[in-house]
Amino acid sequence: MNVRTASLAEFAARSPWLQPHRILLMAVGVALVAAAAIFMRWDWLPNYYGLALQGIWRTVWILVVTCVLGIMLAVPLGLAQAAGPWWLAMPANAFCTVIRGTPLLLQLWLLYYGLGSLFPQFPWIRQSDLWPYLRQAWPYAVLSLTLSFAAYEGEVMRGAFAGVPKGQLEAARAYGMRPFTIFRRIWLPQALHRALPTLAGETVLQLKATPLVATITVIDIYAVASRVRQDTFIVYEPLLLLALIYLVISGIIILLFRKMEARIPVRLG
Amino acid sequence: MDLLALEPPGWGGNLLRGLLNSVIIAVGAFGFGLAIGIGGAYGKLYGGPILRDLLEVYTTIVRAVPELVLILILYFAGTDLINRVLEALGYARIDINGLVAGIWVLAVVQGAYSTEVLRGAILSIPQGQIEAARAYGMAPMLMMRRITLPAMLPFAIPGLANLWLIATKDTALLAIVGFNELTQETRTASGQTKAYFTFFLAAGVLYLLLTLVSNQIIARVERWSRRGMPSVSGSTR
Repeated sequence: MNVRTASLAEFAARSPWLQPHRILLMAVGVALVAAAAIFMRWDWLPNYYGLALQGIWRTVWILVVTCVLGIMLAVPLGLAQAAGPWWLAMPANAFCTVIRGTPLLLQLWLLYYGLGSLFPQFPWIRQSDLWPYLRQAWPYAVLSLTLSFAAYEGEVMRGAFAGVPKGQLEAARAYGMRPFTIFRRIWLPQALHRALPTLAGETVLQLKATPLVATITVIDIYAVASRVRQDTFIVYEPLLLLALIYLVISGIIILLFRKMEARIPVRLG
Repeated sequence: MDLLALEPPGWGGNLLRGLLNSVIIAVGAFGFGLAIGIGGAYGKLYGGPILRDLLEVYTTIVRAVPELVLILILYFAGTDLINRVLEALGYARIDINGLVAGIWVLAVVQGAYSTEVLRGAILSIPQGQIEAARAYGMAPMLMMRRITLPAMLPFAIPGLANLWLIATKDTALLAIVGFNELTQETRTASGQTKAYFTFFLAAGVLYLLLTLVSNQIIARVERWSRRGMPSVSGSTR
């Protein structure tokens, strides 16, 4: 018995989660959640269940699409700034500065209200096959979130491309690799490895930017919470649940990136 | 172009007033956020285990939940809480000034980020300097004022500069709770005149100018804070 308690205490001392104050705090946290579940109003939840799932799906969809498109745009942007001739570097730099220097909400409204009010004036746009899409809000949301992500990530990629040791590229050239092969096999993978930790943070920032699309009538999870608030006049419960959903999604993003980072071989000098 | 005139038929004056409001909120939020950040960083580094865990929860939640959601929660909850306290004490309900609410909401958000920035900066100080100050018998406040804060400044400035730029752009989010800062003024003006491109581009130029001017000032402050330090390789031209 004595031995068992001793080993338990030893285990508790080693585990970061089982220290007395952590247990106390966790108990307080559980009590808070339980109090929220019991004393707050959740009877609206069944009515909006389907809508909420749809909203989460749309948020994740926008996040993934804009991140993937943004990275694809960020690689040439970063490359142009790190190694391009001045007539490529300058526009890329200007693009990054302008996008990073103005609020995303403004860009979103500029595209949606500005372009949205401009397009109907041209009959050939209204008659084109794209018109059914251009009348909806989500193409503008995807476009502006993609541009924003590309600008922030382009800056990161610039640093990452510049940070790949010159010796690696020289070695590749000495092997007689062609420029594109060097880029594909040596330069890009190493730059991506360097950018990965920052990329995780940028992706979480992008997740935090997605609720802005609700202001141009895209029904993401944030818009669903707003609708619950307007329909039922319940203020806190939808917002708290919303915060929890975003917490969970960012937790998942961080875990995914940690897994990806763990696959990269690291050599500490 | 007449639409941007400063006199009432044009909307230029409204835009500039909006810009002023945005700058006031950004300065206030950044300042209070810095105060929260100093407290938070000290708490995380030197505080007891419970304080440390609570601060960890604070920074994690604020950095993972969208600012927009936090703004709504803090805006509603904060005004509601103050009014309930006032009612319980027997006073009449008050309307919370949008400016004050905006500043404190964004300050809570900024505080979480600056906690992390300042914590890292304090850890980058050669710890011998702090030990030396303690060995001289300096009181904690004096040590903070004379040693820790000036010594960490060069390490903190890049992060803080980023935070300042984020603060200026986050003020745009207050447009959603109906506060009359630059973005909201722009939307009103463009909605009234239907000249969407003109106004949104004008507001974009104003924000961009704010960023570029800030960058110049930041570069100067950074050079000043690094005075007397050996130049780090790479940062010199």
